[in-house]
Amino acid sequence: MNIRRSLTLFSVALVLAACSSTPAATETPTVAPTVAPTATPTMAPTMTAAATPTTAPTAMPTATPTPTPTPVGGVCGPLASLPVKTAGQLTVGTDDPAYPPYFDPPASGETASTPINGNQPWSLGDPTNGRGFESAVAYQVATELGFTSDQVAWMYVPFNNSYKPGDKQFDFDINQISYTAKRAKQVDMTDGYYFVNQALVANAGTPITSATTMADLQSYRLGAQVGTTSYSYITDVIQPTTAPSVYDTNDAAISALNADQIDGIVVDLPTAFYITAAQMDNGVIVGQFPAAGNEQEYFSMVLQKGSALTSCINQALAAMNTDGTLAQITQEWLADKANAPVIQP
Amino acid sequence: MSGDIPQPPGRGVSRLGIGGRGTQAILIAAVSTVVVFSVLGVVVVNAPGWPQVQSQFLDPVAFAEAFPHVVFAFWTNIQLFLIAEVLILALGLLLAVLRALPGPVFFPVRLLATAYVDLFRALPGVLVIFVLGFGVPGLRIPGVPNDPFVWAVVSLTLLYSAYVSEVYRAGIESVHPSQDAAARSLGLSRFQSLRFVVVPQAVRRVIPPLLNDFIGLQKDTVLVSFIGVVEIFRSSQIYEAANFNFTPYMVTALVFLVVTIPLARLVDYLVAREARRRAAGGVR
Repeated sequence: MNIRRSLTLFSVALVLAACSSTPAATETPTVAPTVAPTATPTMAPTMTAAATPTTAPTAMPTATPTPTPTPVGGVCGPLASLPVKTAGQLTVGTDDPAYPPYFDPPASGETASTPINGNQPWSLGDPTNGRGFESAVAYQVATELGFTSDQVAWMYVPFNNSYKPGDKQFDFDINQISYTAKRAKQVDMTDGYYFVNQALVANAGTPITSATTMADLQSYRLGAQVGTTSYSYITDVIQPTTAPSVYDTNDAAISALNADQIDGIVVDLPTAFYITAAQMDNGVIVGQFPAAGNEQEYFSMVLQKGSALTSCINQALAAMNTDGTLAQITQEWLADKANAPVIQP
Repeated sequence: MSGDIPQPPGRGVSRLGIGGRGTQAILIAAVSTVVVFSVLGVVVVNAPGWPQVQSQFLDPVAFAEAFPHVVFAFWTNIQLFLIAEVLILALGLLLAVLRALPGPVFFPVRLLATAYVDLFRALPGVLVIFVLGFGVPGLRIPGVPNDPFVWAVVSLTLLYSAYVSEVYRAGIESVHPSQDAAARSLGLSRFQSLRFVVVPQAVRRVIPPLLNDFIGLQKDTVLVSFIGVVEIFRSSQIYEAANFNFTPYMVTALVFLVVTIPLARLVDYLVAREARRRAAGGVR
């Protein structure tokens, strides 16, 4: 008995020790100064006119927020010096199915390609075709960094694999992941590439569709997909009297809606447009919600904690913001997906 | 003074396998344990990815934050497995008795009971939960409940009663036919013999395996998270995805350990007691 007890105590002590000891090493700094800033800027031939940032490659990059090497090859230096997983290739991750409007399905005559780590083709959207909002953003980022389209490889990364510990196989993951400070403690999260609003979806003709204010929604049963900020929006902002139901996928939430187990689903607004148009027979967007608090929610790309590439992506996004390509991509894929009546607080 | 009589193996030997006699064995066991666990600990803590794993799996702040939510959500699991277990024990026994009915007249009954058991033992639990939880309420038949909790209980009952009926059946078949014959010769009807002679002996013998299935049921209650019930696993998952931190799963694991390990010990105790009684040749 004593042996057994001391064994138990010992293992408990081990676990406690594991919990309390301070991390052995601090995280590596976000920017690894591996990229040598050459004094003579030579413009890379691959850079397209549209992608050329307005900032001239002078020796004093005062306009940019981070100390940047002189743009050679792309906004973040020569291609060969970029800290990517596979030399000469930008490995981008996203989940499968890749949903429209973030990823566009193959056009007629096209066949869906297969993820580099997968054995079955992408379902619904195909990230490799460059169409759809996030696909277009990813390819534009690649262009800014100096990659050509065929140097971009897409990898299947389920949502919770994007932030599990261990070395990541992708350079960045782009999967409608909203930035939160707590998430950013575990992974690197880039600057935003899309400001997103949550929206409410329901079946046409049901009582919830007449709601115009948050107060109107109090008595309804709401649902959301697990792991989404949509769920936290319900619990933190709407705060209905019935605790929200949580589903693995939006498809499961739609099943529950059709089974009258819930009255409405909260999703991001572009997704609301997609599921009401494509996945529901009778779905309507009741309205979009105002931002929670004073922080506008936005999507970030996910990278390994401390990745040297994060600052490069941020530079690429900054360049896309400055020259208007990001606005142009947003306009092209999400413009008609931003107009819905606003549900008043 | 019974040194000549060979003792049955396993008698008096701890399950932890501390063999031998006296303090020397205990000492060796202690030293060996300390060495093995220390080496394991050193290897894990010095692994290159340890700081990251530690911050994502063993974060004391996240542990404290998630703890009340996760434990509160476990109340749903407790309700699920308590309600389901009562139904399972009843339905399982009924199925076992139906399968044990003799005579050609009852062939269709035996066939149906066998088909039921085969079906629900063959299907993965998640599928049954999905189909019943979404499919049946989706039909919108008036009067049929659409609460996912109800369908979670129904699904678990269907799945586990199939297993449990097999446990009962094994128990019933382990009762020697002479027991039934003796009861019948005393004038008891076939049903009375089953009710007062066979089933009581059978049930007593299968209590340990029934408890095993009960432990399995407790763990499988997390499957109903698939149809929208926010129970302990889903509650952990919500925290995980919101913070990219897996520590709440450690809370979940701890809760299950606290609940199931005493049950497992109870099963061991009952098995040992049963073995003692049989060895003593006692009449039960």
